Amino acid sequence: MADTKIAPTKSQIAKAEKGNSLWSDAFRRLRKNKLAMFGGIVIILILALCFLGPTILSWFDKFEPYTPDFQDKFSKPGEGGVFGKDQLGRDLFARVLEGGQISLTVAILATLITVTVGVIYGGISGYVGKFTDTVMMRIVDGLLAMPFLIIVILFRELITEKVTSAASFLVDKTFLSADIVSRFANLLPLILAIAAFGWLTMARIVRTSAASLAKQEFVEAARSLGLSHTRILFRHILPNMLGPVIIYATLTIPSFILYEATLSFIGLGIQPPYASWGILIKEGAFFLETHFLVLLFPAILFSLTLFSFNFLGDGLRDALDPKSSKD
Amino acid sequence: MLKTILYRLAQTIVVVFLLVTFTFFAIRAMPGNPFAGDKALSQEEQAALESYYGLDKPVGVQYARFWSNVIFKGDFGESTSMKGRKVSTLVRESFPISLALGLVSITLSICIGIPLGIIAALNHNKFWDYSAMVLAMAGICIAAFVLGPIFQTVIAAKTSLINVAGWSKPTDIILPAITLSFGIAAYLARLTRGGMLDVLSQDYIRTARAKGVPPLTIVSKHALRPALMPAVTFLGPAFAGIITGSFVIETIFLIPGMGQHFVKAVTSKDHTLVLALVVFYGILMGIANLLSDLAITFMDPKLRKA
Repeated sequence: MADTKIAPTKSQIAKAEKGNSLWSDAFRRLRKNKLAMFGGIVIILILALCFLGPTILSWFDKFEPYTPDFQDKFSKPGEGGVFGKDQLGRDLFARVLEGGQISLTVAILATLITVTVGVIYGGISGYVGKFTDTVMMRIVDGLLAMPFLIIVILFRELITEKVTSAASFLVDKTFLSADIVSRFANLLPLILAIAAFGWLTMARIVRTSAASLAKQEFVEAARSLGLSHTRILFRHILPNMLGPVIIYATLTIPSFILYEATLSFIGLGIQPPYASWGILIKEGAFFLETHFLVLLFPAILFSLTLFSFNFLGDGLRDALDPKSSKD
Repeated sequence: MLKTILYRLAQTIVVVFLLVTFTFFAIRAMPGNPFAGDKALSQEEQAALESYYGLDKPVGVQYARFWSNVIFKGDFGESTSMKGRKVSTLVRESFPISLALGLVSITLSICIGIPLGIIAALNHNKFWDYSAMVLAMAGICIAAFVLGPIFQTVIAAKTSLINVAGWSKPTDIILPAITLSFGIAAYLARLTRGGMLDVLSQDYIRTARAKGVPPLTIVSKHALRPALMPAVTFLGPAFAGIITGSFVIETIFLIPGMGQHFVKAVTSKDHTLVLALVVFYGILMGIANLLSDLAITFMDPKLRKA
């Protein structure tokens, strides 16, 4: 009887043979971090709410973020919609979802561009090294020494008209619906402007890990096998720095949400009538004294999103990089 | 040391040059007309204004003239939106306001953020650590444009002790400074905590502990200086950004500082004012980066020797 207890079961053997990969270890650590898990769940909920909510609401003809109703200004939550109505009698719940969709689209797309450019630029700089590395990093240093918001503002002003004319060209020449194109054309200048100067820190982080990976034995082994540089870079170096890239990307999204909102707040970002969280907060702040709910709902969702992404990012850092974690 | 200074100096010159070139051509390529005001201008008036500001010349000539005026005469020209006013005067008037607000907020942030970070690190994974870090996260996530209006409504409008907005009384600095320092203090607290935890796990701290050095002396004499390095690296560029005026804070509290000038200048396509402000920003950013480099070199003996 005692023997059967000591002998490992088949599944235990299989588990022991398989071992724990870096990622399953990291996921186990992440699951223990309550704040990070909370952040992850809230992010999924908010993404679902902002991207699926409008579609579902429009099945019931309840999604009208831009339709004013002057008879029904500032009606209370429940009376004219879940969150009530805003200063022009527009459904606040629909506006908060629409605003979230726009803010999140801007931040996520800008982050994707940032990651792509940063990984390629930093990867090449770190892997090639020597003079190329010095020149490439001096360029990054120089761009980082420029005031960020200022160049983003100027760059956005510069490209706005070109994007708009390209959009109207698309509407004329193709079968794309004017609605979708003009909506996207409104976001694109801001996305491009933020991404154009947002990739610098990502490039630096990637460069550091690429440079240290390039010196390791397995890369040397790959090189002695005669693999091409491209193959080494894409198959051996890039997969190994997924950790820092994921961590930094998660922390980049909230900072880009914040930039979008800041620029929209001062009137140099998303332009009305399109709603983003920045614009909703700006409009809400105007009526704060008398109707604080118009500020409260977008502000809560906005802050909650930033909280969640930051907690998840911090948690990912602790989970994926246990050496640097402060536990 | 000298190498650091020379490198930053060269970098600042290149950066300011590129920044001005980019701004110059960007702002001329922007749609819209700097003179499109409240009333429509006749063709002649428009032409007269353009020739007065030299905007009728080819862009290359304008660009060359801008540099020669700046370098040989120190003249940045007249504002196109506020007619008859030199942009240098506008900068001279608005910079002290932004500087005052920035200095107060930076001081406030340092006094709150750094002690908070140290307390968090010394109570690692205990109640005070978690409270300080949640507070810091709140400072980062509750943006200034949410906090500012709330302060205005709750504190200023309800108590009528201080003005809701504006820049006429000395007390007008209180609310914007607090709003502005919230986020900076939060970053400082996080950076200080991280730096402190790194240092406290070093061998020489363990040695000091084993020798029986009192905990307070360990922190103040051995740990603090290296632990503050990440915070100092952050403070350099942040300082430049803050003393040149926060766009959001100055917009919310209607403060006539540089930040508001910049936002207005961009929206009204005020070519000359935007350029002058960008030059000023670029130079200040260079100086701030240099100061933070020097502070780091001074704080880290390893770098001093190199």
